[in-house]
Amino acid sequence: MTDIIRLTAADTAAKIATGELTAVQVAEAHLARIEAVDEKVHAFLHVDREGALEQARAVDAKRERGEPLGPLAGVPIALKDLFTTEGIPTTVGSKILEGWIPPYDATVTRRLKEAGLVVLGKTNMDEFAMGSSTENSAYGPTGNPWDLTRVPGGSGGGSSAAIASYQAPLAMGTDTGGSIRQPAAVTGTVGVKPTYGGVSRYGMVAFSSSLDQGGPCARTVLDAALLHEAIGGHDPLDSTSIDAPVPPVVEAARSGSVEGMRVGVVKQFRGEGYQAGVVQRFDESVELLRELGAEVVEVDCPSFDLALSAYYLIAPSECSSNLARFDAMRYGLRVGDDGTRSAEEVTALTRAAGFGDEVKRRVMLGTYALSSGYYDAYYGSAQKVRTLIARDFERVFEQADVLVSPTTPTTAFAIGERADDPMAMYLADLCTIPANLAGNAAMSLPCGLAPEDGLPVGLQIIAPAMRDERLYKVGAAVEAAFVERWGHPLLEEAPSL
Amino acid sequence: MPGITREEVAHLARLARLELKPEELDHFAGQLDDIINAVARVSDVADQDVPPTSHPLPLTNVMRPDEVRPSLTPQQALSGAPAEEQQRFKVPQILGEE
Repeated sequence: MTDIIRLTAADTAAKIATGELTAVQVAEAHLARIEAVDEKVHAFLHVDREGALEQARAVDAKRERGEPLGPLAGVPIALKDLFTTEGIPTTVGSKILEGWIPPYDATVTRRLKEAGLVVLGKTNMDEFAMGSSTENSAYGPTGNPWDLTRVPGGSGGGSSAAIASYQAPLAMGTDTGGSIRQPAAVTGTVGVKPTYGGVSRYGMVAFSSSLDQGGPCARTVLDAALLHEAIGGHDPLDSTSIDAPVPPVVEAARSGSVEGMRVGVVKQFRGEGYQAGVVQRFDESVELLRELGAEVVEVDCPSFDLALSAYYLIAPSECSSNLARFDAMRYGLRVGDDGTRSAEEVTALTRAAGFGDEVKRRVMLGTYALSSGYYDAYYGSAQKVRTLIARDFERVFEQADVLVSPTTPTTAFAIGERADDPMAMYLADLCTIPANLAGNAAMSLPCGLAPEDGLPVGLQIIAPAMRDERLYKVGAAVEAAFVERWGHPLLEEAPSL
Repeated sequence: MPGITREEVAHLARLARLELKPEELDHFAGQLDDIINAVARVSDVADQDVPPTSHPLPLTNVMRPDEVRPSLTPQQALSGAPAEEQQRFKVPQILGEE
């Protein structure tokens, strides 16, 4: 059983295709692992044991009938709890949606099912994806499998913790300001934010619609590429979905190389606030890229200094509007409806009871930034910064094919450490936010352990929009070189649970 | 730029339909003031002649064919309703008594 859960998704699918393993065996092995360790990790909010086994049986039956199987058929996957799943609870980590059973599947959910993936359950997250530690979940924090007293990052901490603790080989995340990449970095896993519009947002509970992007979480670059290909591509149900073929990500992941590529090191992503061990591992990664044949150039993106500020105006503004739909009228929680109160009073009582502090802060911040008198100074300026950041990217992508940086300034911090200090928490997204504001593709992959605390460090790679394959080409080369140097994948150094 | 006062936070909470307790107002006022002071740096570019970007994709008016297609049944649409009556969402009183 232990062997099954440690297989990559690619190998698992291959063994199912040849009949060496059945999809039911694979599902059972993961369900047993969840049973054994998730009490400690708390990666899952909901485990769909029966549904998973049913999906697995369907894959096995298909194989027995001799029908062709997709490249990930029978592979288990965990979904961040903001992808709607028909008949399965979807809470977004919030009390306001406790017990809500969606009547439809997100496009991502539907595509995964059609590709024969086996949905194990839904993973924990910061409420409405607002946070960088998963501590803002209304259902309690998730532990980082490397050290259960530390955060697994956020908002998709449940997804990254699930794959880092071998409870699933694959997971789905969403990335608005770093919620796939930052958890990947601090758990020693791989996470990709595709180009904005590359993966359908239909059925993803909206936080900030111009920034939100679903993407893959995996233990290897190839596994992430296989998942990216399964979920990507145009969806007529999402009007912001790009009507173009998915970039050739799997092919790129299978032919990793940086030979002759120009790699830009962003000058702005170092200095004060960056942990010494993070900088050390990042510098070694740059050296490795050079050894592998890349040409390394330093690039200057002066507007990135304003990215965090712009993000914490744009994202709250969009969230204050998106979350207006939680009005206690059509679905979700309703509080105080005793026949004497007006609809407006019931809405206000429900939202006060159903939203956690971070959501309330951001809704009020967005309301403030969008209010007359402040709109131009705050939201208007933030939109200008967004243009300047896009221009910086455009300019430096003439000098470099991809950019690299640390994914996060520090390794995983302790649960509770930043819980009531919003600004300290926001700094965790310093390096990841610019790619969201401009819509670029970006990846985080492990580049070692920080010497001072023995915790994983992530290397971020950023590519131009719709050139997602470059992430995989570079990522696969870096991954192969590191695994050769370490003698094993980084996750094998994680303590057993 | 001026900071944010407790009274302003109370006003925002009302606009955002959040029934906050007095102690919550105190707590949030301090935090929101910190955040706004930190992000106010964006107004450094307010005078620059730069077009705003609201979205990473240059898309406008994406249309789909106007065709009848299957949708949720009334039962599905009402499946999460806190209260329903005669195949409709039942809501608390919206207008005054008169």
